[in-house]
Amino acid sequence: MIELLQTGFRLSGGRALLSEINLSVGRGETLVLLGRSGSGKTTLLKLINRLLDPTDGQVLVEGRATADWDAIQLRRRIGYVIQETGLFPHFTIERNIGVVPRLEGWPPDRIRARTIEMMRLVGLPPDQFAQRRPHELSGGQRQRAGVARALAADPPVLLMDEPFGALDPITRSELQREFRSLATSLAKTIVFVTHDVREAMRLGSRIALLEEGRLVAVHSARGFMNASEPQIQRFVASVRDSDGDLSPDPFKGE
Amino acid sequence: MEFLTYIMHNSDRVLRLTVEHLELVGVSIFAATAIGIPLGVAASRNAALKRWSLGFANVTQTVPSLALFGFLIPATGIGASTAVIALALYALLPILRNTCVGIAGVDRAVIEAALGMGMTRRQMLWQVELPLAMGVILAGLRVATVTSVGVATIAAAVGAGGLGTFIFQGLTMVNNNVILAGAVPAAILAVLADAGFGWIERRLSAGLGTA
Repeated sequence: MIELLQTGFRLSGGRALLSEINLSVGRGETLVLLGRSGSGKTTLLKLINRLLDPTDGQVLVEGRATADWDAIQLRRRIGYVIQETGLFPHFTIERNIGVVPRLEGWPPDRIRARTIEMMRLVGLPPDQFAQRRPHELSGGQRQRAGVARALAADPPVLLMDEPFGALDPITRSELQREFRSLATSLAKTIVFVTHDVREAMRLGSRIALLEEGRLVAVHSARGFMNASEPQIQRFVASVRDSDGDLSPDPFKGE
Repeated sequence: MEFLTYIMHNSDRVLRLTVEHLELVGVSIFAATAIGIPLGVAASRNAALKRWSLGFANVTQTVPSLALFGFLIPATGIGASTAVIALALYALLPILRNTCVGIAGVDRAVIEAALGMGMTRRQMLWQVELPLAMGVILAGLRVATVTSVGVATIAAAVGAGGLGTFIFQGLTMVNNNVILAGAVPAAILAVLADAGFGWIERRLSAGLGTA
């Protein structure tokens, strides 16, 4: 579905943000990109929806290099959720969620039906939230709206850049739980960026660790904890140090 | 309050010059807006254009207004067109600058989301950037208009009419009442213009839910 082949990205000054990345994301899987700030996670995400073009190698989406895609067409097939949500402050929630369908020229009643469906899906009762503006929502509610907006045009791929990073712990685990069941039922191909190991283990079918622009390793969520790479062990240890208990994961086996 | 008596006796003339004044301001603000906003949009996409256009607008702003009117006479002659050009040049800076500032001030995350969702540049401009920059652009328009009402009194010096006619006439006659017959209505116009734009800005920010 998504493939990175010897992909690199360097700034015009020559500094490399990503080098020699080889990675593939299968249809319907949730791949978590884990790494510290500055490791290149967000850059990698932007290479997939062509907000950036690779300077080395290539990125394939549905078997086609992103450079050969029309950037606009490509982005409309890829849902995008970011930490700050980027909801349009001058639009109502309903209008925000319907943005991509409207860009795609859907008829108004279909947009409306789809918006209502999406609001129910993410747990925002339409009669209560449709006409509100983003600033009238809590952080968690805004993030739900952001997810609904990304899903509205039913894109096969979803990119999520630390979507729950700015939320309080209770809201975060609530959204993580809901995200897990959504991801399973919707069967989207998802690339999820986070710096939080626990989140990575909860949500990912596989986890890829990035460090200083290089891919350290990719493991299944289960295999990640016992992986032999020292960088991964450091990451896992940091969580153990902070509060000891990493497994059993409360959300595994749902 | 003698000047009120003077205004009463010359009400037809006061009215005619007020209308002339409004025409000068209206036409020049319209021209400055028609140039300033598109130029500001283009400049916010192009650093070199931004530097040059803002530089040009800044320089015209530093030329004393009477001198600017004078400089234009050889090119455009005596009359309203000279006044309109000079006033438009003056109004250009606040409109241009605020358009640039307003667009640059749109939240990065909102721009990124708009791009990520597959908006074209044009769609982003009309649906996101301009609506969100509108408050700042209007504030620029407000400054430009209020200033312009004042500066337009000098237009009478190049034979463009307007309320400045009373002021220059009063100066030569050494008659304060005549000066006030021009100055007071001009001041009232400026206050009204300011209040009008203030009202529009409040309506807009209420509509945006950002008030």
